[in-house]
Amino acid sequence: MEIPYTVRPRPDTGLANPKLGIWLFIASEVMLFGGLFAGYIFMRLGAEPWMWPHGWLNVPVGTFNTFVLIFSSVTVILSWEALKMRNFKAYKWWLFLTWVCGLLFLIIKLSYEWPNKFNHFGAYIKKEAAEKYEEYLGNEGEDGRLARGQAPRLFISGHPKAWSDVKDPSMDKIVLAAIDDENHTPKSAENDRAHFIPRDMVHLHEGHEVVLDKKDLVNGFGPFYPRLNTYLACYFMITGLHGLHVLGGVIVFIFFWGPGSKLYKTNPEQLCNRIEVAGLFWHLVDLIWIFVFPIFYLL
Amino acid sequence: MAHAAAAHTEHGHDDHAHDHHEPGFWRKWVFSTDHKMIGIQYIVTGLAFLFFGFGLMMVMRWSIAHGSDVLPGFWGNLLHGIFGDAVFDKAVDPSTKAMVGYSLSTQGYNVFGAMHGTIMVFFGIVPIAFAGFGNFVMPLQIGAVDMAFPRLNMASFWSFFISCVIMVWSFFVEGSAAKSGWTNYPPLAGIADQSHHAVLNGGTLWLLGMVFNITSSLLGAVNFITTFVQLRAPGMTWGRLPFFCWAQFITAYLLLLAFPPLESAAIMNLFDRVFGSSFFMPTGLVVNGAVGPDGQPLLFSGGGSPVLWQHLFWFLAHPEVYVLILPGIGMVTEIIACNSRKPIWGYKAMVGGLFTLAFLSFIVWAHHMYMTDMGPKVAAFFQTTTILISVPSVILLTALLLSLWGGSLRFNTPMLFAAAFLPMFGIGGLTGIPLAFNAVDLYMHDTYYIIAHFHYVVAPGTIFAIFAGVYHWYPKACGRMMNETLGKLHFWGSLVAINCLFMPMFMQGMAGVHRRWWDGGKSAYEATVGPWLDWNLKISYAAWALGAVQLIFVFNFCWSMIRGKKVTSDNPWQATTLEWDTPTPPPHGNFIKPITVYRGPYEYSVPGEDKDYTPQSEPPRDSKPLEAKAHA
Repeated sequence: MEIPYTVRPRPDTGLANPKLGIWLFIASEVMLFGGLFAGYIFMRLGAEPWMWPHGWLNVPVGTFNTFVLIFSSVTVILSWEALKMRNFKAYKWWLFLTWVCGLLFLIIKLSYEWPNKFNHFGAYIKKEAAEKYEEYLGNEGEDGRLARGQAPRLFISGHPKAWSDVKDPSMDKIVLAAIDDENHTPKSAENDRAHFIPRDMVHLHEGHEVVLDKKDLVNGFGPFYPRLNTYLACYFMITGLHGLHVLGGVIVFIFFWGPGSKLYKTNPEQLCNRIEVAGLFWHLVDLIWIFVFPIFYLL
Repeated sequence: MAHAAAAHTEHGHDDHAHDHHEPGFWRKWVFSTDHKMIGIQYIVTGLAFLFFGFGLMMVMRWSIAHGSDVLPGFWGNLLHGIFGDAVFDKAVDPSTKAMVGYSLSTQGYNVFGAMHGTIMVFFGIVPIAFAGFGNFVMPLQIGAVDMAFPRLNMASFWSFFISCVIMVWSFFVEGSAAKSGWTNYPPLAGIADQSHHAVLNGGTLWLLGMVFNITSSLLGAVNFITTFVQLRAPGMTWGRLPFFCWAQFITAYLLLLAFPPLESAAIMNLFDRVFGSSFFMPTGLVVNGAVGPDGQPLLFSGGGSPVLWQHLFWFLAHPEVYVLILPGIGMVTEIIACNSRKPIWGYKAMVGGLFTLAFLSFIVWAHHMYMTDMGPKVAAFFQTTTILISVPSVILLTALLLSLWGGSLRFNTPMLFAAAFLPMFGIGGLTGIPLAFNAVDLYMHDTYYIIAHFHYVVAPGTIFAIFAGVYHWYPKACGRMMNETLGKLHFWGSLVAINCLFMPMFMQGMAGVHRRWWDGGKSAYEATVGPWLDWNLKISYAAWALGAVQLIFVFNFCWSMIRGKKVTSDNPWQATTLEWDTPTPPPHGNFIKPITVYRGPYEYSVPGEDKDYTPQSEPPRDSKPLEAKAHA
């Protein structure tokens, strides 16, 4: 028993089965990420202006990753083209570059971008306790944020002296050994907009101890985990799911680069179709990132 | 002709010889890639879940009729033995301190209610009507050898099976299964069970199960659409497709595009539950005086919106209503055409109606949310679209009704169920029209009127269609007929019991009886709806009677497999569509002769023909050139 049109297109529809299948799958993926982006919009519209951060992420690194992904979308096309021309060596080479780029993207994400969030502490100050921490927030006075017509800042971030104090419910205080630039000089014009993680992650002010009373903090303080605020929740969810898609693509490409490429000997056209279909998926992954990058890094 | 067919058969066998070998037990019955076996796997699993879900409801009906009275000894012990202390309370005689039995706890009522809905919709009807019958019948009807992606097909079934295991398992973790209703509304759904294990608790397992279930549906939908578009036999043009295939095609589109937003919502809800984020947790949420169920402050950063969940949920769940009903309408159409020996009236209008219905079903979802303070302008939009969507639904129903006109009806069991589907679905549909208007809905919301309305659509609607389908295609799958007498007993018993069950609920609902009263309202609402509460016990009797009648079906289903009357022909109903052109049961690869389609799907009683049905694969008697053209 053989299923028709697995390689050659059906004349009246002009499609081979896998191509139609992947387009349908892409349609469902668009709806899936559409739901997530709709969630992002809802969250952002509903958030208090002072709760929605800006500039937490490293734009140069994100830009680099964007180019890595776009480049891999080009190489996958080149590998498909090489295969179409029956140039097996070039195919292997371009496909190798494709999955290496995918892997590089994941490595940057998992070894640099995500862990940076986990060793950083942040806390929202309750409105009624804001006065106590005014020195680090810079809202009052004639050069304060309120006088300049800006939303109040109610966030302190930095590095705690002992992380165990953060988790231990019996400790009612958290001592920050180093705070971020913006809490250190809250009234400088540079710090008008929140940028809680300094862009290069080293401008921490050592020896500037700040004692935070847990009862002054809004629930959810701690490392930059999803529960700190909805921005981070959206960030981890969408980049996480996108990362899973990248991982899936990388696995598929490694397969077609390695054991899967044996198909070239028996049915090169079918291998060609497989690369085309996997490539379509890979473009989708790329395209999703094109949306993810601005909404988290730039806007 | 016979000679040619024989030659083809021989040729076919030669082809098979080198790449085809008989699969072993595991590949044939368990890890099968054959669409028919996968369809049967879906149907059997789905039927098991239908009975399980129905069983949960029968226990709930005890609670509604008798409140916290102990269950009859045997049932109490059995159910407590299965579900444990989280769901069943020990009842103690206050004077003697002796144990008198078990009763369903209030929390247990919530568990059963939530799981009844979830199981019936996502684990019962969709797997049977869409995945099961779609898999078994659709490729046969379009003349395909199998689904377009057989291994993907197996993957969807096993993804579904994992979701089944997770859902059943969730009954046995600490605190029992999900208890926030099948709609799983936050913020309650976000905090329920948080005091138990971080992941292995009812609410979180529900979400994990749904993620697997949705993934299964998505893979299935991709497969169905590709098969439908690509694998039609030569000559099977769009206009010659049986209506059932169109219904499956549209249903697959609904699943493909409506399910992913719920998947994204389920992922967000998982984040809320596992990582303490607050997609659906509003700022300033107070539960039990700002303290969570475990005595600790709730760890939510706030800023979320419970209404977001409702939007994403109903964006799926309204199209889901059509996912539930369209395959049913498809099956009923096939059975009515076959048993009225007459073409379907208005085939093109029906297909057009399907497309309109599918499109409109994406823009009506907020009519489930009139209670969320949406404002008159938004409400006006959704009221308008909701009224519009009744037009194609009525077209479908009317066309089916008119198809009966002047037919020579055969009232066998499948036809009885199919014919009963029409008025039952009609009642369900027409009682929905008042609910489209938010003025009425604000009053009716969450009453038994709603329960009666949608149960008329899916229970005597879709489930009757499913029964019709089982009786109709059983001989093709098993090579034996189901027993007619038992079938008729099953039908009449079901019809009477199900109407006694749901009809009084309309009255109760209009009087104001609310759907979530665990004791039926006796403890607190006697003063407002008192006289209507007497109905509770009578309705419960009807529910239990309905359950008892289903045992006839279970017996008939199993017994006929071994002792049923053997079919003498591959086409026992004298039907026209292609699935009856296969051997019985169809082998792997389905057709033993090359199949070509020459005519429309419902050529019954064509004037001038020597019999009252003309199969789609029968060439025109004296037009050789057409045949040659079709082959090319």
